[in-house]
Amino acid sequence: MDLDPVLLARLQFAFTIIFHIIFPSFTIGLSAYIATLGVVWLRSGNDRYQQLMRFWTKIFAVSFAMGVVSGIVLSYQFGTNWSRFSVMVGNVVGPLIGYEVLSAFFLEATFLGVLLFGFNRVPPWLYVLSAAIVAAGTATSAFWILSANSWMQTPTGHELHGGIAYPADWLAIIFNPSFPYRFAHMLNAAYLTTGFVVLAVGARYLVAGQHIEEGRTMLRMAIGLTAILAPLQLLLGDQHGLNTLQHQPIKVAAMEAHWDGSKPGDFHIFAWPDETAGVNRYALSIPHGSSLILTHHMNGLFPGLNSVPPSDRPPVKMVFFGFRIMIAIGFFMIAAALFGAFLWWRGTLFEARWYLRVMAHCWWIGFVAVIAGWIVTETGRQPWIVAGILRTADATSPVPAATIAGTLALFVIAYGVVFSFGIYYINRLIAQGPTGALAQETGQFSANPISAARDAGRAAVRRT
Amino acid sequence: MEWYLPVIWAALIGTAVVMYVILDGFDLGIGILFPFARNEIERDQMMRSIAPFWDGNETWLVLGGGGLLVAFPRAYAVIMPALYLPVIVMLLSLVFRGVAFEFRTVSHSKTWLSVAFATGSTLAAFSQGVILGGLIEGIPVRDGAFSGGSFDWATPFAVLCGLSLIAGYGLLGATWLVMKTEGAIAERARGQAKVLLLTVLVFMVAVSIWTPIAEPRIAARWFSLPNFYFLWPVPMVTALTAYLTWRWIAAGRDVPPFLATIALFLLGFLGLAISNFPYLVPPSLTVWDTAAAPASQIFMLLGTLFLLPIVLGYVGFIYWLFRGKVREGESYH
Repeated sequence: MDLDPVLLARLQFAFTIIFHIIFPSFTIGLSAYIATLGVVWLRSGNDRYQQLMRFWTKIFAVSFAMGVVSGIVLSYQFGTNWSRFSVMVGNVVGPLIGYEVLSAFFLEATFLGVLLFGFNRVPPWLYVLSAAIVAAGTATSAFWILSANSWMQTPTGHELHGGIAYPADWLAIIFNPSFPYRFAHMLNAAYLTTGFVVLAVGARYLVAGQHIEEGRTMLRMAIGLTAILAPLQLLLGDQHGLNTLQHQPIKVAAMEAHWDGSKPGDFHIFAWPDETAGVNRYALSIPHGSSLILTHHMNGLFPGLNSVPPSDRPPVKMVFFGFRIMIAIGFFMIAAALFGAFLWWRGTLFEARWYLRVMAHCWWIGFVAVIAGWIVTETGRQPWIVAGILRTADATSPVPAATIAGTLALFVIAYGVVFSFGIYYINRLIAQGPTGALAQETGQFSANPISAARDAGRAAVRRT
Repeated sequence: MEWYLPVIWAALIGTAVVMYVILDGFDLGIGILFPFARNEIERDQMMRSIAPFWDGNETWLVLGGGGLLVAFPRAYAVIMPALYLPVIVMLLSLVFRGVAFEFRTVSHSKTWLSVAFATGSTLAAFSQGVILGGLIEGIPVRDGAFSGGSFDWATPFAVLCGLSLIAGYGLLGATWLVMKTEGAIAERARGQAKVLLLTVLVFMVAVSIWTPIAEPRIAARWFSLPNFYFLWPVPMVTALTAYLTWRWIAAGRDVPPFLATIALFLLGFLGLAISNFPYLVPPSLTVWDTAAAPASQIFMLLGTLFLLPIVLGYVGFIYWLFRGKVREGESYH
């Protein structure tokens, strides 16, 4: 069987990074939420916020651990499977990753220790400060990673000699043209994703009639946040799209499945792009819709996929459908958040059982949107690994296909097991709730912690 | 500038690697010693002695490996494909080790997670030793890229290094337990530390004899004159340190055995550096061959000189905050 080493390397990276992005999408927002709960606790003196803080911290720990270990895999994978990438653009990308480790990763990983274990060892203000530091660390990580990834999309500030990129202007490198939009869009996506998880958990508790006060608090906080951030994301996304049109028009063409740049573009609610023939089949479209969105004119023109040879086009179906999925979820988020805000304003939020039931089952929507969006932006950059500078096919390591196939299989099995259990355990923590008996150890020194925990666990299970 | 910038970075990367080996060394050592705990309470104590630290400790691995990408991308681009399978196995082992920490508090089936923790730790240690052994034995390079096969690293010497590192991390873990725990665990750890110290010494001697025989360049480095006049103290000091470590373990001291073990590791690392400098990819690529552009190294260096002391500061703070013995009754989270 003839395996393509480039395809295998891409599959392995795609698999490991899709798994990884799930966790930062959650921990960036969750760390900020935990810090917020801490600040509210300090200022209000209301112990419910401290309980909520400790509750979400346990869940944070599980998610953060999976994010860390899957992230380390990526930092080594640049070398194991993409060594030519490392040589060609390492001078530019390397320091950006290096700054992520030194200014962000260490910060979050270290102060997490205080957050998880230091409650009895530090004064409350230092405990909450540690939470804030962890939140700042995760956002700073996003800054550097998005800067490096954005440089791969819109490379500036460098010089090329013999195909190798050398840094010329670090500010231009870090703050490359697409960075501000992609950073804002991703950061907002992370907070939104977490918002809908908290919303779902709050809704779940109210539907179950358990932890009602905590559920109401979480529902209020989450709806307050998402009602602002969901519409904001539409604005950020629109600006991001316009910026992408300017710098990566073929990616936009693929997002819209727009083949012929000499005609205005229709917005396809659904279509099946036939990449060989260069047409869309079964199209359900709004005429001139894409032209309107992208050029603000009914008959505005923008480049089509036909303007470049097939070898310079990305895989259209993945980019097209990824985009549809992402914006479909985005519009649902806006509707759900605004409707929730409306119900809250009317005072009927906590009794609106059908709304709560639906939202309780929507914890996953942010994650799907984030993954879909990343597929759009990364697959949409193909066939380039660094747009215009280095092709993906020229960036791999001298490792045989069979070897990569072997490690890909290992990753699929290992991640499948580990992360399935992770989600299962997070679900169990949520089911136990914020006032689970494990929260009773605050300030108490029990003689035998193991049996105390075991008894508390049994009691919690009996209650749920 | 072009000469000393790569040397400075080699020292920085070396420091990051040493920090990783020592800090995650005792974490992994706890995992290696996990099967020898008698019951759940002891296992819990062992976990709690490292739980606040493991995440930060593991970060040094990213600084060491990622740092190689930053400062020596051509070395990174050769070493990683050359040692592909041991690196991937190490990463997967660390995945299992890492999640075992957090899952254990939530799970009812602690047995499986203890197995994952112990196996992940041991396998990670072994892979790291294999990586080291593979590196020392040399990597074939053509046109700046790795030109060998997927199993070049699979040699008896690499296995020897793998086993040595299991013993070495086990020793770090045991002396850590002596320092941080009390009661049955600490006493058992004291006995384990003695056994492991002897094992580590045997391995150190074996590696020290093997490498000059197998690699003529290393023999020339150590035994030619006048080098030998400067270098003979290194094995002497190592022997003395090992002796002191033994005495302190036997004398019932809590902290000195751990510190002396660190010293042993530093001496071992020094020996490796002496053997291989300036080759980052033995036998053919030096630190100067593989360095990133000066602009990149300087840009990163400025930030590092500012940030690294801060990092060391708050890492130190965390170790101070959780100083002393693991307290009975102080719970996870």
